[in-house]
Amino acid sequence: MQRLLGRLTALYRTTAVRLSAVYLLLFAACAAVLVFYVSSMSEGLLQQQMREAVAQEAEQIERIFDNNGMNGLLRTLERRARQPGANLYIIASPTGEVLAGNVASIQPGVLDTEGWTTIPFRYQRYQEEARGTNRPMAYAQVNVLSNGLRILVGRDLGEPENFRKLVRQALMVALGVMGVGALAIWYLIGRNALKRMDRMSDASQRIMAGDLSQRLPTSGSGDEFDRLSESLNTMLGRIEKLGEGLKQVSDNIAHDLKTPLTRLRNKAEAALAVGDGADHRSALEEMIVESDQLIRTFNALLMISRVEAGQAPAEMSAVDISGITHDSAELYEPVAEDCGLKFTTDIAEGIEVKGNRELVGQALGNLIDNAIKYAEGSDGEPDIRISLARRDNEVVLAVADSGPGVPEDKYGDVIERFVRLDASRSKPGTGLGLSLVAAVMEMHQGRLELDATHPDRENNRGLTVRMVFPVLPD
Amino acid sequence: MKLLIVEDDLEAAAYLAKAFREAGIVLDHASDGESGLFLATENSYDVLVIDRMLPRRDGLSLISELRQRNIHTPVLILSALGQVDDRVTGLRAGGDDYLPKPYAFSELLARVEVLGRRKGTPEQDMVYRVGDLELDRLSHTVKRAGKEILLQPREFRLLEYLMKNAGQVVTRTMLLENVWDYHFDPQTNVIDVHVSRLRSKIEKDFDQPLLRTVRGAGYMMKEEAAV
Repeated sequence: MQRLLGRLTALYRTTAVRLSAVYLLLFAACAAVLVFYVSSMSEGLLQQQMREAVAQEAEQIERIFDNNGMNGLLRTLERRARQPGANLYIIASPTGEVLAGNVASIQPGVLDTEGWTTIPFRYQRYQEEARGTNRPMAYAQVNVLSNGLRILVGRDLGEPENFRKLVRQALMVALGVMGVGALAIWYLIGRNALKRMDRMSDASQRIMAGDLSQRLPTSGSGDEFDRLSESLNTMLGRIEKLGEGLKQVSDNIAHDLKTPLTRLRNKAEAALAVGDGADHRSALEEMIVESDQLIRTFNALLMISRVEAGQAPAEMSAVDISGITHDSAELYEPVAEDCGLKFTTDIAEGIEVKGNRELVGQALGNLIDNAIKYAEGSDGEPDIRISLARRDNEVVLAVADSGPGVPEDKYGDVIERFVRLDASRSKPGTGLGLSLVAAVMEMHQGRLELDATHPDRENNRGLTVRMVFPVLPD
Repeated sequence: MKLLIVEDDLEAAAYLAKAFREAGIVLDHASDGESGLFLATENSYDVLVIDRMLPRRDGLSLISELRQRNIHTPVLILSALGQVDDRVTGLRAGGDDYLPKPYAFSELLARVEVLGRRKGTPEQDMVYRVGDLELDRLSHTVKRAGKEILLQPREFRLLEYLMKNAGQVVTRTMLLENVWDYHFDPQTNVIDVHVSRLRSKIEKDFDQPLLRTVRGAGYMMKEEAAV
């Protein structure tokens, strides 16, 4: 019982039920107004008819008196009064004394006014006088005959009264049917909605409890509940991805920041143990290098998370990406050459994209830096090639190296933060370079493509990284 | 040179005061924005070093207020916010240089010195001279002992910046900022490679070195004899 009550309360709280309640009230009010209008109209009509019939009869009686005299009148009235459902007849003296008729008593004063009684009056018939209390009501026409006698012809109100009763009953039945129908519809629609909402809130509870892999149920009908569920699910997917990223980052931070911190601490300890001036100096210098590396990692992390969080720098404008590519190539070319790398460029002129020079420059710098690091010392003729070209609706900035490359199935991994395929981590770097590039590309509504430079080779297939920007709208 | 440091971290301020005094620079310290504004308006300084986040009045509003009062002392902004857009807003507020925390003291010192001498550096000088090296900014030619040295455009700008700040330490990030207009950390030794190429061009056939490496800080153009 308690449960049912709770369910009903919950049902009442649903929007569907509230809406149907409002509709029910509106419909009921309309129906009532309509019924009352129709009934009062027909009642008026009935009364009108009754009045005409009574007036006609009164006239007839007057004519009978004129033609047949008093005796004829009395005979006619007697005959008519005996008929079932007869009208009311009274013949009264000019002073209002009842001389003949089928009415035992009548509300005083009715006979005094000639013409149609506008207000219903009470009366009693002979047969009913004995039975009792209930004095019915009637309308009547009072005429004065040529000899001064008054005659009254009246009709009981029972007929319109019955009609009104009938209309009221019909109204009650209609309202009842409407009410039951609305309740049924409430229950069906509301319960259905309620059930689906319950399922959705159950799923949300589980998600809130920490199981981000849960999704809201969909019925597959594509209705508004499904659409809501679907967009919430998309949102959940994004949140889950962000959450996973965060977890992975904190795991990696724990590892990649603790390692240099440990080294830093060890160096300080070792220097303290030795305790000699020159050793102190070199230890301190090493510690500064180590902490610079830490700062660098922190900066890169902060930058990535800011770019990823969608906090675009204020300065996004049409930038000359050809110029940026030239600048960066020129900046890194001597380094590449010093490392014994062949450095070639193929840069299309005059290309612009919407972006931030600083970020694009840094991303490109990271790519060239990586390429130099990995191509250096590879067999054959190590080289680096930087190219910028417009391809259909995209601008492609590519850095290709002839280093050992990256296995195809690891393309996704190397973009992740702190991932370095070189397990020994012998190459310097934070492991954040490509993550930053990926984040920068996302901010520029572009994408990052990884590919082998020489897919036909056995070794040193190389890595080509392409920054693909959308073309600037004209 | 006289310096005003507005920094709410007292320990950092004490460290800076000691280090600057060792470098021969006199300084005052204010620990909040309002007293910083008061000192900067009342006294005359060569450089203001202002932390971006300060109690009572934040660094950027302090700078805007100074500029509104027509005080154009060079300002170096120190900030824990080191992102591209932070730098841009800092410089827009009227700062002359921006150094993200944490920084190396040598970097701060080099930048403060460059800012402090800026007033005395004749921007309109058409020819820079260090020893027998001559750089003509108008004709874009470089001569050493009367003999022309051919430089790439970027090498020319690099040398121009070094010679403009002759006698002062110029750090690698300062070079990247001023010659390449990039504010990120290039990670590798890109700047060193460019400087060493430039150095080989201007010093190859001469005995006297002009472009010196300052250990742990950067580079300095200086005539050997004047050391």
